[in-house]
Amino acid sequence: MKIVVCIKQVPDTTEVKLDPETGTLIRKGVPSIINPDDKRGLEAALQLKDEFGAEVVVLTMGPPQADNALRESFGMGVDQAILLTDRAFAGSDTLATSHTLAAAIRKISPDLIIAGRQAIDGDTAQVGPQIAEHLNLPQVSYVFDLQKEDEKHLIVKRSFEDGSHRLRIKMPCLITTLSEMNTPRYMSVGKIFDAYREKKVEIWNLKDIDIETATLGLAGSPTKVQKSFTKSVKDKGVVYDDVSPKEAAKLIVDKLTEKYIL
Amino acid sequence: MDFNLDNEYDMLRTMYRDFSEQEVEPIAAEIDEEERFPAETVTKLAKFGLLGIPIPKEYGGEGADNLAYSMAVEELGRVCGTTSVIVSAHTSLCAVLILEFGTEEQKQKYLVPLAKGEKLGAFGLTEPNAGTDASAQQTTAIVDGEDYVLNGSKIFITNAGYADTYVVMAMTDKKMGTRGISAFIVEHDFPGFSIGKKEKKLGIRGSSTCELIFEDCRVPKENLLGKVGKGFSIAMKTLDGGRIGIASQALGIAQGAFDQTVNYVKERKQFGRALSKFQNTQFELADMNTKLEAARLLIYKAACKKDQRLPYSADAARAKLYAAEVAMEITTKAVQLHGGYGYIREYPIERMMRDAKITEIYEGTSEVQKMVIAADVL
Repeated sequence: MKIVVCIKQVPDTTEVKLDPETGTLIRKGVPSIINPDDKRGLEAALQLKDEFGAEVVVLTMGPPQADNALRESFGMGVDQAILLTDRAFAGSDTLATSHTLAAAIRKISPDLIIAGRQAIDGDTAQVGPQIAEHLNLPQVSYVFDLQKEDEKHLIVKRSFEDGSHRLRIKMPCLITTLSEMNTPRYMSVGKIFDAYREKKVEIWNLKDIDIETATLGLAGSPTKVQKSFTKSVKDKGVVYDDVSPKEAAKLIVDKLTEKYIL
Repeated sequence: MDFNLDNEYDMLRTMYRDFSEQEVEPIAAEIDEEERFPAETVTKLAKFGLLGIPIPKEYGGEGADNLAYSMAVEELGRVCGTTSVIVSAHTSLCAVLILEFGTEEQKQKYLVPLAKGEKLGAFGLTEPNAGTDASAQQTTAIVDGEDYVLNGSKIFITNAGYADTYVVMAMTDKKMGTRGISAFIVEHDFPGFSIGKKEKKLGIRGSSTCELIFEDCRVPKENLLGKVGKGFSIAMKTLDGGRIGIASQALGIAQGAFDQTVNYVKERKQFGRALSKFQNTQFELADMNTKLEAARLLIYKAACKKDQRLPYSADAARAKLYAAEVAMEITTKAVQLHGGYGYIREYPIERMMRDAKITEIYEGTSEVQKMVIAADVL
């Protein structure tokens, strides 16, 4: 079984601080991490590898600095790491990104493709599903549980707002994973050493994939960002524990009155 | 000369810190309070390769080096003195010792499970009358048929009672003095070997420190480690490496106290402003930070020299002497900057100060380090 896990290197938003003067995000010095949903996908792939044996390939599109995220994947135990990088890919929106990734995946021809649900820096949740569409593969998004049924099928649980669906899916297919799916393993000491001293990150450029150049980069990106702004910071909420229904009703009415809603 | 760590070391530190903060720190206060050996942590340490860091892969280890190992002890020590010494004693004083002096058979039988963390290691040198004067060994090992028969006792043995594999020094020929001392690998269930009194300590209270008792304990001849009469030399070389581990522990404890203090002084307000706004606080922190950095450089230098197979005995002594003294000084100052809150067990600072003291004593007191350094200078 061959599994491709798509990962994205993102700024660690829990480490992002606000400039108290301007109210804007201070991005300088913020560490980069593997996007949390993607890291769960990586863990899910490695669990399949541990249990049934599988070849896990990690794939990312990004600038050369994304090398770090791929080395971290080696530290966790993946077999192969590919960095898709080229000036031609710069300025890609989700559509151009998914075209590029799909072209690379076509070359690898895996049985299973795993992508995180969404990235914490963009929150679109579009790239995974788009890749499945380009490759004309079945897909299940928002997966929080994954079992292998046999060589051809997976049993997955998909989260919905009001419950969950249990689905049987035929491979090859694509799933997108949720953060609550599992707890990613720590890297191990020996694998970290090997990640830098033994393993090689493969660099794939434009010439290494078969793709229409019109679908790439800025030219292939129909998304136009009209305006971006910083959301205003809200006060911390207050939790009222241990109040009777009557007291609770009064608290709510008082608050609504205070805000001139009532 | 390049003072930047290679990328793999940065990534190792990230992994060590994540592991320490998530798996070790949450129970650090509890195991101290209850004087409980954290057996559950040992299982986790094994799982992620933290019990075989500088051991080659062919012997079940991680195939990393002494710098990588030293950083692990440092990061563990930053949140828990107890956990860091469990790793240090196991690795420096048992696994590495068998790697360096064991036969191929001994390595397969004892080193492989130690490096994989399936078994825990310990080291027995100190006796009631042989502390700094380690040559005054009274435990004896007499040949009887295919065995050596050990009699005597060891004290203050880290990991005792929880370790499976012990490297023990004993006199095989009293007339020969230090050249009459030999090293043996003793399994925890060898007949005649038992664990004596468990010590109640000032610090590192979760670590197990006990007496080892040998009463006609039969050790097969093939468990002689190194040559007959080479035990003292093996012990001294082992302690050189062990000092890098303990220096790293001291640095970790000091760094932990420093980091706690930096957070505290930014939040704690007196006279209407944060403690961090007072110049006294700033100057204290500047001194602490400088000493931490100096200790770190001494330790990494010693570790790198060991990795490069260069003589490092005096470097390890300097690192251990300085880091231990810095740990005591920084944790004491950290308590002072915390004021009353530093003295109570609700905060980790008093524990760090208690844990720091032992680093000036074990694996050679500060005075012993000065003897080693002076011998190098003179």
